[in-house]
Amino acid sequence: MSRTLFEKLWDAHQVARAGGNADYIYIDRMFLHERMGSVALRKVLDRGRRVRAPKQVYGTIDHIVDTRPGRGGERTQVPGGEVFIRAMRKGAERTGIHFYDLDDRRQGIVHVVAAEQGIALPGMTLVCPDSHTSTLGALGALCWGIGISEAEHALVTRTLKVARPQTMQVRFEGELGRGIGAKDLALHLIRSLGADGGRGCALEYAGSAVQGLDMSGRFTLCNMAVEFAAFSALIGFDDKTGDYVKNRTPSALDGTFSDWVSDPGAAFDRSAELDVSGLAPMVTWGTNPEQGVAIDEAVPSPLDCPDIEAAGGALHYMGLTPGERIQGKQIDYAFIGSCTNARIEDLRAAAEILRGRRIREGVQGVCVPGSSFTKRQAELEGLDRIFIDAGFEWRESGCSMCFYAGGESAPPGARSISTSNRNFEGRQGPGVRTHLAGPQTVAASAVRGRIADPREFLK
Amino acid sequence: MQPFERHEGLTAPLRQDHVDTDQIIPKQFLKSIERSGFGANLFDSWRYLDEGRSDQRHTQRAINPDFILNRPGFAEASILIAGVNFGCGSSREHAVWALLDYGIRVVIAASFGDIFRQNANNNGLLTIALPEDVVQELMQHSEAGGHRLGVDLQSCLIEELSGGDTREFAIDPIARQKLLQGLDDIGLSLLERSAIEACEQRRCSTEPWVFAPLQDREPSP
Repeated sequence: MSRTLFEKLWDAHQVARAGGNADYIYIDRMFLHERMGSVALRKVLDRGRRVRAPKQVYGTIDHIVDTRPGRGGERTQVPGGEVFIRAMRKGAERTGIHFYDLDDRRQGIVHVVAAEQGIALPGMTLVCPDSHTSTLGALGALCWGIGISEAEHALVTRTLKVARPQTMQVRFEGELGRGIGAKDLALHLIRSLGADGGRGCALEYAGSAVQGLDMSGRFTLCNMAVEFAAFSALIGFDDKTGDYVKNRTPSALDGTFSDWVSDPGAAFDRSAELDVSGLAPMVTWGTNPEQGVAIDEAVPSPLDCPDIEAAGGALHYMGLTPGERIQGKQIDYAFIGSCTNARIEDLRAAAEILRGRRIREGVQGVCVPGSSFTKRQAELEGLDRIFIDAGFEWRESGCSMCFYAGGESAPPGARSISTSNRNFEGRQGPGVRTHLAGPQTVAASAVRGRIADPREFLK
Repeated sequence: MQPFERHEGLTAPLRQDHVDTDQIIPKQFLKSIERSGFGANLFDSWRYLDEGRSDQRHTQRAINPDFILNRPGFAEASILIAGVNFGCGSSREHAVWALLDYGIRVVIAASFGDIFRQNANNNGLLTIALPEDVVQELMQHSEAGGHRLGVDLQSCLIEELSGGDTREFAIDPIARQKLLQGLDDIGLSLLERSAIEACEQRRCSTEPWVFAPLQDREPSP
């Protein structure tokens, strides 16, 4: 019988039934970070338990750590954050998990590192106490975000009790124009079907536009699935996946992964198809990711939005007027970073725009590579010089301004354009107005000092 | 965790509906990543007259003499009786830890917040939901002071130790099993050990690279 990729992954990892529509699912690998992983490790030890397979568990420091140059020790801008950094180090040492500390060349944002270092591979299950773990589904692996109690459970039992999600296929058809990337696809999807559109579903992305994406773009697309309320997201194995994992697997495994695709004719519980030829760069105007428009569109009237009150509140918070154009809004802050858009391909794309240009006076530009490995790669290619010469800060790797945790922030009321994944009120600091966009749109906007169309720079 | 079979103890009435987890343990006291020591700040804003800081010793703080657990004869209570929707609000497990750390083993209420109840089941705190009129009656007995109950989870009975009716209570069978055996969710899952090992064997033979060490990589120009 033909099965979807999700069903194959589920069957391969099913341990036992767990009542209702839940199963115990075997967890191949885990990734922990200092903000949540430290607490989970501590709970395991406090209850006198042990980590069942410490060599299948990886940890690093990304959420709280300072990303400004010269960091080290427990330096953080988050009040009280030192406790978590210390606890992570101690927990890792006491349980014997793999741990990439700040001085390790593999340190970085969990989801970037997990792909880059070959921790997640096709056909695996991987969980991490961070909602954007779905990123890794681009490899044809079942990966999802969990809470602290579940992390503790998975550490001790190597299983999780999971209610079986529905399957949903999302097809993007058409050829993407120059300057249009995976972030634009994701924002277009969420705008079209709503921030709740994938609730309870394991997504599988397919279609010619997805086939055309490089692995980095596929990670971005799967990363944003959680902003679409999905359980996780998958992309079937193909030549691009094969090339990506070639140097990341322990031995020659050519062909081994080719079954990690949905069988022809396999049935999904739900499906959607979007024509994306002619798609323009997307920018969010509001405070949830479905509140987005194409760069050449106007900010909508709340009367035209599904939830009038929410849209009105969002416009007020964002300091926007219905009907005004999003393009040309003056910005104060530009952030290129996060597990969504800080891989080497994202940095190259932004650098293509920034090369030989300066960002507008008065704009603070911050670039935070997704991993220390990515940072070194970028420096080998001379991208750091391009960012620095353009006036961007060139940082050490970490989550940084993807979220505000009491430390680093832009001033209240500042308008930020950001490659990160959430535009919620206060996400980048109290009163900060966040516009989500792809790396080329952010770079172009930093140069203009206003929200700008990257295609004007790519002619 | 400690199995719960039977507990005998003094009751205290908390005449309040919708006691949320922030009232049980205010968020300024959650800074520690330990699980113990939260008892000193249980019901902090009711128990003390001053605001309280996380670095302050509770013995130096101004006690609110009117709060039930501060009244003579109630401080040693181990069975708390409360109104409807006890433990609503934030999912913090610290609320359960604070109650246990103080010495509470049983909470009887008209109803409970769902997550609080899950957390209680995972930590050996027995929560018993009874009809509102029965809860009211128990509160009246309790208020007189020196009111002791015997709570038996084997037989699902509540006995009035100073004479009086014995009452039955109902409890979810999985919650009962967990409490009786002293198993949290993880303990319960570990009962599946042989299925876990079988799956591990299967993974080992079909996809052995899952268990292999990683390749060392470095950037190349």
